[in-house]
Amino acid sequence: MEALKIYERVKERFPDKVLEISDRKPDPFAVVAPDAIVPIGRFLCGDPETAMDCLNNQTGVDYKDRIEVVYHLFSYKHRHGCVLKVRLPRDNPVMPTVEEIWRAADWMEREIFDLLGVSFEGHSDLRRILMPEDWPGHPLRKDFVEPLEYHGISTVRESPIIRLDQKKK
Amino acid sequence: MPLLNTLPDYVLTTKTDELINWMRKSSLWYMLFGLACCAIELMHTGGPRSDIERFGATPRASARQSDLMIIAGTLTLKMALRTRLLYDQMPDPKYIISMGSCSNCGGLFQLAYSVCDGVDKILPVDVYVPGCPPRPEALTEGLLKLQEKIMSERWLAKDRAVAAAQA
Repeated sequence: MEALKIYERVKERFPDKVLEISDRKPDPFAVVAPDAIVPIGRFLCGDPETAMDCLNNQTGVDYKDRIEVVYHLFSYKHRHGCVLKVRLPRDNPVMPTVEEIWRAADWMEREIFDLLGVSFEGHSDLRRILMPEDWPGHPLRKDFVEPLEYHGISTVRESPIIRLDQKKK
Repeated sequence: MPLLNTLPDYVLTTKTDELINWMRKSSLWYMLFGLACCAIELMHTGGPRSDIERFGATPRASARQSDLMIIAGTLTLKMALRTRLLYDQMPDPKYIISMGSCSNCGGLFQLAYSVCDGVDKILPVDVYVPGCPPRPEALTEGLLKLQEKIMSERWLAKDRAVAAAQA
């Protein structure tokens, strides 16, 4: 099934929860409400016409005015896929977990929490996955300020490019 | 002259320091420890084709039994603390070879928030091996350079000087 037809099908079922459908190439996407991601995911996974049994990828993006969580779904049965996006406020990004539908979301949600600070309600084990436990802040946020040192190790780095510029002057 | 049968009767003379250094440089056990892609070349260096066991270097799976630590790969800040812990667990005398651009200066990833740019920020390095990653031949040369360095050390004389200063 075409991705746009899948979004229309979701919109028929959840008319007020699909906020936007975009046909942008190469990956058309649908923006859905944060509180509806679990019922929509369960519908897409359970419906025999779509049968999205695989969560290919789940990522987060910081757009400075909002944070988006992106779901790339795929069906092994029908060999088709779709992209769902959820827009969250930047100051308090909280949304429900989809771990119960696709088990693969476990570590990907932990990564989004670690790097962007999105909090997934109902997640079984929401800890940092890449950065150390005592790391300050979430490094993929646009306003992340790097600490000057970490456990006595200086993080001040000389940029080789800047040094070359100074030599020219 | 049939050397084999007469050798037990000979007496060899050497300096104690040199004998100790010769024994130490001929049994440099390195820690079985890799951080990133340089570790693949490190494995190759220990493998049959460029076989650094010819020079007495053999991998040990424990920090407490190794004399040499080869930092092979990007050192992240998270790993830096663990690397320092491993170094502290090694018995003296201990040496470090910094292998590849990443551990020399941070390499390609030096401006990333999670990367420690250079292992010499946290540990004393004896030999730097350039390359990304260095070929096994380059790492072998680094090992030979370290052996040269070990041969030039005067541990007993150094101790004597310290003792004289304390007396």
